[in-house]
Amino acid sequence: MHRKRPLLSIAFWILSSFVTLAPIYWMFSVSAKSRVELFGSPSLIPKGFFKDNYLNVMSDPAFQRYMLNSIIVATSNALLVTILAVLATYALSRYKLAGKENIFFWTITNRMAPPAVFLLPLFLLYTQVFTIGEWKMFDTRIGLILLYCVFNLPFAIWTLRSIIDGIPRELDEAAYVDGANTWQVLTKVIIPLAKPGIAVTGILTWVFAWNEYLFAATLTSVHARTITTGLAEFVTVTGTNWGQMAATAMLTLVPALLVLGLVQRHIVAGLTFGAVKE
Amino acid sequence: MRSSSVGWLFLTPTFFVLFVFGVVPFLYVLVIGFTQWNSFAADPTMHFVWAENFRRLVFDEPFLRSLWLTLKFAVFAVVGEVVLGYFLAQFFMRDFPGKGFFRTLHTLPLVVAPIAVGATWRLLTVPGLGPLPYYLDRWFGYEFNIGRYPSQAFAATVVMDIWHWTPLVTLTLLAALSAMPKEPFEQAQIDGANRFQMFWHITLPLLKPAILATVFIRLMDALRTVDEVWMLTGGGPASATRYIGLYIWRVVFPKTDYGYGSAMSLLTLYLTVVMCWLLYAALVARRDLRRPE
Repeated sequence: MHRKRPLLSIAFWILSSFVTLAPIYWMFSVSAKSRVELFGSPSLIPKGFFKDNYLNVMSDPAFQRYMLNSIIVATSNALLVTILAVLATYALSRYKLAGKENIFFWTITNRMAPPAVFLLPLFLLYTQVFTIGEWKMFDTRIGLILLYCVFNLPFAIWTLRSIIDGIPRELDEAAYVDGANTWQVLTKVIIPLAKPGIAVTGILTWVFAWNEYLFAATLTSVHARTITTGLAEFVTVTGTNWGQMAATAMLTLVPALLVLGLVQRHIVAGLTFGAVKE
Repeated sequence: MRSSSVGWLFLTPTFFVLFVFGVVPFLYVLVIGFTQWNSFAADPTMHFVWAENFRRLVFDEPFLRSLWLTLKFAVFAVVGEVVLGYFLAQFFMRDFPGKGFFRTLHTLPLVVAPIAVGATWRLLTVPGLGPLPYYLDRWFGYEFNIGRYPSQAFAATVVMDIWHWTPLVTLTLLAALSAMPKEPFEQAQIDGANRFQMFWHITLPLLKPAILATVFIRLMDALRTVDEVWMLTGGGPASATRYIGLYIWRVVFPKTDYGYGSAMSLLTLYLTVVMCWLLYAALVARRDLRRPE
């Protein structure tokens, strides 16, 4: 419609990008300031790049452990969720199952629970019930990986549903005629065609697991702490170490940005929540 | 149709995980909700009090206020996100140089951890440290202090939520806009419809399922927001931003009133499910109308 006015749209984009970027820029600016500079009048541009915030955080063995835990938890959760969601969505899309729409809706109700109160039963289950001999679920990575399924799995199923529904059934039928079995139809027809959607689902799942704070803070103590809980640890009763907190926040952003870059091409096609029909 | 037992088989792992980590804790909460239980009180045992907690809830002014605030927050945030997201999506439908780059840029807030979003906005708004209060005061003489003025704190949480989640709406609506057929628009143009008529009579009805779906997802998540707001305002000043998630947290943890907290959570969950079910029913009804099976 406005192809004649490219300058206008570029101006619009620069302006809107400024609004989007401003908070992130400010976080960066704080992370690059020393404590003394921070409490002067708020200057938009740091005097120089004060490396200590980053160096202090990165050389801390606790931070390194948090980072490793986050990588393991988010990646395992994303893989697990994607595999389970593909299987579940395939079944919901291609089989006549009694109460299908109700099952579909039920999955998402698992995401609706206010997280605060479920911390208590989960804490009790993790410390007392889910135990094998000496081993407890509390403060383990596997505990977080499985728990994150509760809110990521519904999201993944809801994102994938429309994509798998959108693959014409004729393709399945043709494969069956050629002698394929259910498993082959899934792996040779459905999965390759749904790849963009699966990629987006997997990546967003990864991001949500990477970003989760409340459960990670309550259900871990030493070994399985993740980077978001590390970030909140800079807020203490004696005050907040803003510089190091901002540096940590910037560091948590890097992996998330990398994975976002990976799916950028697919992200629009993959996000429809069952709303787009051809 | 092929045997449904294979279908159930594919669903089993999902059911198993959701059952153990979703339904079991829910059942636990369900039981606790009917008891009086505070493991750190003088009497740490669990007593069954039946519906007493729920009776208490109905007369609990701060709880009702917090419920109302949460709803207000969710409505403001979701409406803001859908309107802004629609305009951004519409702009992204055009071709312009550097489109991919700008789209990535506008997706950025989506990948920032909620706790970091809260921290960032706190950094922007803390008096003496953040640029917002500083420049608003210097340029306009306007006193901006979310630790003091309830309406400013409320607005700050809404703006923060809009900043964080508009990208998700933009992407979803962009997907819907890209899938939209061109013929009705061409026809309308021939018939001499203006831009508003085209929007009202063609775009909006075609986009309705996508908008409903987005509202569904966003409303559900906005109603359970905790960490962002906790980091930005801590629920204050007074109780201006003490949304239901934070309120429940306060009752369950610092006060360790488990029974009452569970009852609160159950009621909130029930209200959320009902609200979302209505939206979902509207969504499914539409889908069935179009594609009868």
